[in-house]
Amino acid sequence: MPLKMNNGNKVWQRRTSKQQLLNWFAWLIAVAIFVYCWQLVSEKTMWIFVLDSPAQASDMAERMVPPKWGYLSTLWGPIWDTINIATLGTLIAIVLAFPVAFLAARNTTPSVRFVRPVALFIIVSSRSINSLLWALMLVTIIGPGVLAGVIAIGLRSIGFCAKLLYEAIEEINETQVEAITATGASGPQILNFGIVPQILPAFAGISVFRWDINIRESTVLGLVGAGGIGLELNASINTVSWTQVSVILLVILSTVVVSEWVSAKVRHAII
Amino acid sequence: MLRIENLTKRYKTGDTALKSVNLEVPKGQVLALIGPSGAGKSTLIRCVNRLVEPTEGRILLGDKELTTLGSGQLRKARRSMAMIFQEYALVERLSVMENVLSGRLGYVSFWRSFTRRFPQSDVTEAYRLLERVGLDHMADKRADELSGGQRQRVGICRALIQNPALLLVDEPTASLDPKTSRQIMRLICELCEERGLAAIINIHDVLLAQMFAKRIVGLQLGEIVYDGVPDGLTPDQLTLIYGEEDWEATIDKVKDESDEIESIEIVQ
Repeated sequence: MPLKMNNGNKVWQRRTSKQQLLNWFAWLIAVAIFVYCWQLVSEKTMWIFVLDSPAQASDMAERMVPPKWGYLSTLWGPIWDTINIATLGTLIAIVLAFPVAFLAARNTTPSVRFVRPVALFIIVSSRSINSLLWALMLVTIIGPGVLAGVIAIGLRSIGFCAKLLYEAIEEINETQVEAITATGASGPQILNFGIVPQILPAFAGISVFRWDINIRESTVLGLVGAGGIGLELNASINTVSWTQVSVILLVILSTVVVSEWVSAKVRHAII
Repeated sequence: MLRIENLTKRYKTGDTALKSVNLEVPKGQVLALIGPSGAGKSTLIRCVNRLVEPTEGRILLGDKELTTLGSGQLRKARRSMAMIFQEYALVERLSVMENVLSGRLGYVSFWRSFTRRFPQSDVTEAYRLLERVGLDHMADKRADELSGGQRQRVGICRALIQNPALLLVDEPTASLDPKTSRQIMRLICELCEERGLAAIINIHDVLLAQMFAKRIVGLQLGEIVYDGVPDGLTPDQLTLIYGEEDWEATIDKVKDESDEIESIEIVQ
């Protein structure tokens, strides 16, 4: 930063004039790109449909009310399935993610060169495929139903849980581990006394958080035949029963609200 | 009892932390290791229990050579050298009792430690030690509920329950206030005397070192530049260890403060 003087006072500026100029130029380019992209999107959009949309939306809303409340009684089973898909899927995921996280964390992995890449690959492949896609594949492999949903949720969540957990493991306080090591403890004992107590709050928080996400994800799994309330949703949309769709959406909404409340409470209690 | 021969430690970064250090600690001797930050004090004691792997040289505890032990034997050997840490290094989310009992991990099987079913003799000893340091009523508190001085006492209990022959103490008072520092140093020295333990105490507070240790070793840039009695630390010696500074005040104060300490003890 070149020193500038003004009436004998040292003037401080955040950027040099050259940096300032570059900054403006970067903004100019960003705005230009945005305008260009907007133009491309606009060309591919049929504006006639878009202009029509308020009318379409109000039309659909009209067809959705009043919700067909009598339909509610047939939804208890599917929503229970959905909650079970989310819960069992999360359980499978955290059981499998726990060891994977230890293999992936730099400070606990048996081998940075050989084991860690394998663990990271498991994490990335689990995370990169959406649960809907997992479900789609599993429905063709093991047939439609709740089991496909449970496994899809489980496979999708391993990566998420393992990634957050291994980051927590890498951030532990090493001197506590050193202290346990210095007593002559064995590897498993160091894990049990030195590392696990430190990551337990993170582990519990991650599990509950993922359960909360999975409730939401499992509501749509039925769209591809993997059980739960999504099956009903799919059926109702296919038969254009919009009054049933509105009931389903309300049920999903209240389930998600409740699950969020539960997970917030649990996380608060743990941390 | 502990013999260090030509110990050298070079880190991967190329820094040489210890240059061919020779040191012998007889049974029951409390030795203070002083020196500026980066002199290699921590590295030296960590080489002894091999939390840091020495590059060259030999370390013998009794007649056992520590530097060549395999991992199983090293775990056995670590049971007889307990360590006390600067920031206490308690496992914060475990209870005081679990922290103390973790000192027995080298003796019990994984399953027993996992289910927290330690032998009754260990539990009895843990209560006895906690009582000795005045914390028996805290046994079920979580370690992070304790104050600094209390945590260091738990750290001392964890070390002593190992039933060690040697204590490796790394800056035990660096995070404590002056009064607690003295109490902790006094406690460590008393316990060493009671049990006939040898101890290497890393400490950067020259006054405390002179007050409590029978022998002082000064380390500077990985080399021992002073080895003698506390009273032998002259301004010239301190300059050799720490560099140029007016040391007269430090040395004079020792005499005043030791008088003062006696009077505090009488009041208590």
